[in-house]
Amino acid sequence: MPEKRACEPLWREEFSVSKADERYVNRRQLAKFLTLGSLGMFAGNLWIVVRSWFRKTPDFAAATVANASEIPVGGVKLFQYPKPGDQCIMVRTAQDNYVAYSQKCTHLSCAVYYAPELNRLECPCHQGYFSIHDGSVLQGPPTRPLPRVVLERKGDDLIAIRMEGEV
Amino acid sequence: MDGHAKPQQNRGLTAIDAVSALLTILLIVQMWLLSATLDNYLAGHTDAVLPAAIISGLIFVSCFALYRFVREVDKSARG
Repeated sequence: MPEKRACEPLWREEFSVSKADERYVNRRQLAKFLTLGSLGMFAGNLWIVVRSWFRKTPDFAAATVANASEIPVGGVKLFQYPKPGDQCIMVRTAQDNYVAYSQKCTHLSCAVYYAPELNRLECPCHQGYFSIHDGSVLQGPPTRPLPRVVLERKGDDLIAIRMEGEV
Repeated sequence: MDGHAKPQQNRGLTAIDAVSALLTILLIVQMWLLSATLDNYLAGHTDAVLPAAIISGLIFVSCFALYRFVREVDKSARG
């Protein structure tokens, strides 16, 4: 009888005096808890959407980071970009191919190094391996790729123009 | 309590239990969706952010509809 229930105070609905009704109250409260959890997850997703809309791409100044001829094929040069203290690693993978990434492992920020025999970047702390071609993760525990430094060649100068990925 | 009340109540409880199980599954899917979206966002990939939010919203609407169903079952079973 809905009329009768409409007149009942809220406490009677939530704290039933009947043992049989209590089973309903418990289950209804569990369903409410799960629904509120679902609302929380949805709110989290909305928060990420808002963050991505208002995300500012950092605008870093271009900087000359190396001379092309100073690095042999298979050689490595360390430099700092975009700010002093942001250590990056550049590798000359072929005669006319240079790649550069942030040197901080995306797991716990240990410095990655180039392993020429396996042609990949390795983190010595927890054996996280990254592809030399795009910085993607080859082996865990890191789950995110290394931020990539976009390079441009002007004459003999290699110029870092921006970072790609989460800096 | 008359002879019909108990089976009616048990049916209601069974329905609510089934809905609770479904709600739990939907919530686990939403948790996975949120963690995967966050991981992608932190990796700099924002393509999947909006579709994931829409799907999460649809799942929430489903959960809310199921909760309304639980309330209706509860009301009808307890009278």
